[in-house]
Amino acid sequence: MTSNPGAHLTAIDIAASVRSGERTAGDVLEEHLERIASSDAEIHAFNHVMVDEARHCAQAVDTAVKAGEDPGPLAGVPVALKDNMCTRAVPTTCSSRILQGWKPPYDATVVQRLGMAGAVVIGKTNMDEFAMGSSTENSAFGPTRNPWDTSCVPGGSSGGSAAAVAAGFVPISLGSDTGGSIRQPAALCGVVGVKPTYGAVSRFGLIAFASSLDQIGPFANTVADAALVLEAIAGHDPADSTSIREPFAELFPHLDDGVSGTRIGLITEMMGEGIDADVAARTREAADALEAAGATVQEVSIPAVNYGLSAYYLVAPAEASSNLARYDGVRYGNRVEGNTTDEMMFATRTEGFGDEVKRRIMLGAYALSAGYYDAFYGKALKVRTLIRADFQVAYEKFDVLLSPTSPSTAFPLGDKTADPMAMYLNDVCTIPTNLAGHPAISVPFGTGDDGLSIGVQVLAPPQGEQQMFTAAAVLESAAPGGAR
Amino acid sequence: MSDRLPKSPDNAKSPNNDGGANQRISADDVAKVANLSRLTLDADELDLFTHQLADILDHARDIEALDLEGVEPMARPLPLVNVFRADEPGEPLDRAEVLAAAPSVENNQFRVPPSLGER
Amino acid sequence: MSDASGSTIDLEKWEIVVGLEVHAELSTRTKLFSSAINQFGGEPNTNIDPLTLGLPGSLPVLNEQAVELAIRVGLALNCAVRPSEFSRKNYFYPDLPKDYQISQFDRPIDAEGHLELPDGSVIGVERAHLEEDTGKSTHVGGGGRIHDAGHSTIDYNRAGVPLLEIVGKPDIRSADQAKAYVSELRAILIAVGASDGKMEEGSMRVDCNVSVRARGASELGTRCEVKNVNSLRSLGRAIEYEAARQVDLISAGEDVQQQTRHWNEDEGRTHKLRSKEEADDYRFFPDPDLVEVDPGEEWIDRVRAAMPVLPAARRHRLAEASGVDLAKTAIVVERGLDELCLAAIRAGADPVRTLTHAEHNLSGGRSSNLDPDGFASLVGMETGGELTATQAKQVLAEMVSSGDSPADIAQARGFEAMDNSELEGIVDELVAANPDEWQRFIEGDSKVMGFFVGQVMKATRGQADGKVVTKLLNSRR
Repeated sequence: MTSNPGAHLTAIDIAASVRSGERTAGDVLEEHLERIASSDAEIHAFNHVMVDEARHCAQAVDTAVKAGEDPGPLAGVPVALKDNMCTRAVPTTCSSRILQGWKPPYDATVVQRLGMAGAVVIGKTNMDEFAMGSSTENSAFGPTRNPWDTSCVPGGSSGGSAAAVAAGFVPISLGSDTGGSIRQPAALCGVVGVKPTYGAVSRFGLIAFASSLDQIGPFANTVADAALVLEAIAGHDPADSTSIREPFAELFPHLDDGVSGTRIGLITEMMGEGIDADVAARTREAADALEAAGATVQEVSIPAVNYGLSAYYLVAPAEASSNLARYDGVRYGNRVEGNTTDEMMFATRTEGFGDEVKRRIMLGAYALSAGYYDAFYGKALKVRTLIRADFQVAYEKFDVLLSPTSPSTAFPLGDKTADPMAMYLNDVCTIPTNLAGHPAISVPFGTGDDGLSIGVQVLAPPQGEQQMFTAAAVLESAAPGGAR
Repeated sequence: MSDRLPKSPDNAKSPNNDGGANQRISADDVAKVANLSRLTLDADELDLFTHQLADILDHARDIEALDLEGVEPMARPLPLVNVFRADEPGEPLDRAEVLAAAPSVENNQFRVPPSLGER
Repeated sequence: MSDASGSTIDLEKWEIVVGLEVHAELSTRTKLFSSAINQFGGEPNTNIDPLTLGLPGSLPVLNEQAVELAIRVGLALNCAVRPSEFSRKNYFYPDLPKDYQISQFDRPIDAEGHLELPDGSVIGVERAHLEEDTGKSTHVGGGGRIHDAGHSTIDYNRAGVPLLEIVGKPDIRSADQAKAYVSELRAILIAVGASDGKMEEGSMRVDCNVSVRARGASELGTRCEVKNVNSLRSLGRAIEYEAARQVDLISAGEDVQQQTRHWNEDEGRTHKLRSKEEADDYRFFPDPDLVEVDPGEEWIDRVRAAMPVLPAARRHRLAEASGVDLAKTAIVVERGLDELCLAAIRAGADPVRTLTHAEHNLSGGRSSNLDPDGFASLVGMETGGELTATQAKQVLAEMVSSGDSPADIAQARGFEAMDNSELEGIVDELVAANPDEWQRFIEGDSKVMGFFVGQVMKATRGQADGKVVTKLLNSRR
């Protein structure tokens, strides 16, 4: 491992000091802006840093504190947002040429909730174009680099948000996870990343990739920080029809509950072929650590997860092919002119989208097209049912499940860009969770033979975030080298 | 599902079309979906995408091994039903702000080149 | 391929088969999936929100009132109201903000119903489903014609307005029946408060599927879908034109090609928009942003309990109460005068005279406020001989405008019922004054009757009852 790029104050500490008046949100912000200014040229975590807006916001927090008001649980905490969350009057691009320069006329629900919690949104982070990718190399604005080894990718698609936390640019950030896009970069960047239960966090204002799989979640340096953010952004939103109506789980009171008596299943299918030996070894050590803390750990087979990748690469592109139709050069975004509306639309989309996006749009259109629907998309939806059912059986015997997050540590830039299938295999352990709509968290747990971070994944049944965070907290404290 | 109706014979998906997963995707198929997706591919791109899509679909062929008879499709993760909004007006967007972000505007409308044909 | 004629079809040989798809804009305050206002007209692009413009990150949330109205229409059309689901219909068009339309595909909310036309015929309804409307393109420059150069501008005020698409079965057999179907559907939509039914504002739009077949054939012919039919008159003309075109093709030994065709009102003809092969592959799939809709028995029962009496039932009710033909009740029901007539009949008015007044001497609107008892006494005065038919009509008109009682109006106008002795005196004077005419009348020249009646009317300034005069004249013959 190179230097430790991410050792900084936690969000909990920052919020506590700002709320008590010990530090100002303005000072906290300037420190973070300085770090970004000095190092982001190399990392390229950010597409856009909102210097003015953030200063304005920090000032409002400080004014509130001075007036004796409580700005909220995230008072003065700088937060970075993946560039697929709408921020009013602030560029929101999805790292795509087609949206370059677009300023939404409204805020996403998560942005509103962060604001109400006193957070200071500091900028928009780089990502794979429209969240399609596992390395952040599919950005139209150039790749993000892994702060631990800048010759390597940070993972993706939320690579900018993961790198921003790992590099100490922000204590917390938000990403979106469709097939592992929070957890995999969290693992590769050595930070905590959470994909909540589908419907726990509002998707209103999240630019859709695959609507039935997308979920927003946090990156943080600690499990407790992740819990703090998640509690602030989760909860019912009438603007999202797929939002869960019940109140979100209380995480904090249970972070220190421990795993004594907790039944933990180690997923057999995610420990064999295709998983690097060092990754499998750390995952077994994680299981041992949980056992040592009082949990019972057993291997469990969830046979249908073997078909997750196949189902995912039919379902997600199918939804994407429809979700991305609206980028037609008519109402917003960039247009390439043509003699007819049709010519204009062809030119706009052909020039506006990168290859990975085109690949998935076409794959999805094919999976939905007449004569192929039943063979591809229809079957994939049935595989989802099987995967959910197999998980359900496992959760009758286990409280949470355990697996590696990613099959390998961070890989060099350019390593997998020529072979889409090789890139897709990065998500083999994370995809089944999205297909089932379940929550999962990636927690750093030691390093690989190359000295780069490894993450282990704790999976839980729907709305099982409480037991998931409790187990994650135990893993964090047991991690080699202790909690960072 | 018992409550499904075919919309019309033209739109019904043909279950007997065994093009399905048994045939490898062809350059013609890719050209067709590119056109459906309003994307232009040159010859090299068509070739490359055809191979890549074929690889991905080959991998997806493993689901054919599964017995999916009688399995309900899962289009959405949550079993939610009847999520409604009251019929009450909300705050509209600011037209000027919206039009300012449009590629081309005329008389407070979105301007596009001529459309050939109509729906 | 010949693109033929306005010739008329030999209906002995050919049968026209029509199925209609009617799009009705629902009368909600806001759009189907967002809180922007549902309003016709208005400044361009003012009824907009993130979803209306298909902005990245926007999400649909279903308007409960649109579902309520869809249930009402479903029940009114005798449909099964069922659990339903929204799908996406994918196609690129600039007036479609998301470049897909949210619509119900294989799980519509209403299925398998029918409606009864005034002549008693029954037309099947295959389904009715909810979907979003599109924005409006205006073609600018190049003479405003879509095939010329120039450009288009788009207003999204209409985008996302709730539509109910009502798909009729191919049970219609003539242009007139098609018009009757649309009128009936319109009346039903208005009766249940689902739509204002204004074809001229586009809140009701009709696409017709037309085919022809040799009379007696059991198989349906190849159909063409005709779009851009914007009035009842166009509907009739378009169907007749299209059927004749198809008959000409078949008669010339050619095949009818399955096509979507455009009705040109000015030219009075249809032209091809696209063939079946050119039709889009819409790639329908369940919309993951929305959840299932299952109204359930309780909701459906509540709607059913609050349903108004529908036009067909009102026609039957009136026919039963009045004893007149079912078909004759249509216009009275259409004008909304049936309740008034029923009440008047209950109050003792002669049913035939009551309906005759409603059909010929009353319009809808203010007339429906007429006091039924007053209406009944007017009819009573007429049948009792106190007023002539002409006087009754005048009194009725004044009752509508002033609200006064028929007796007061008759008195004020001096429409006193003449007693017969006075009238007999007048008749005797006339007979004496016109001996030649009287002689011809006695000899059997009935035409002279008119002369005497006219003279009596002149002398009484129209107040005499023609029937009584005729009787008096005949008695003197």
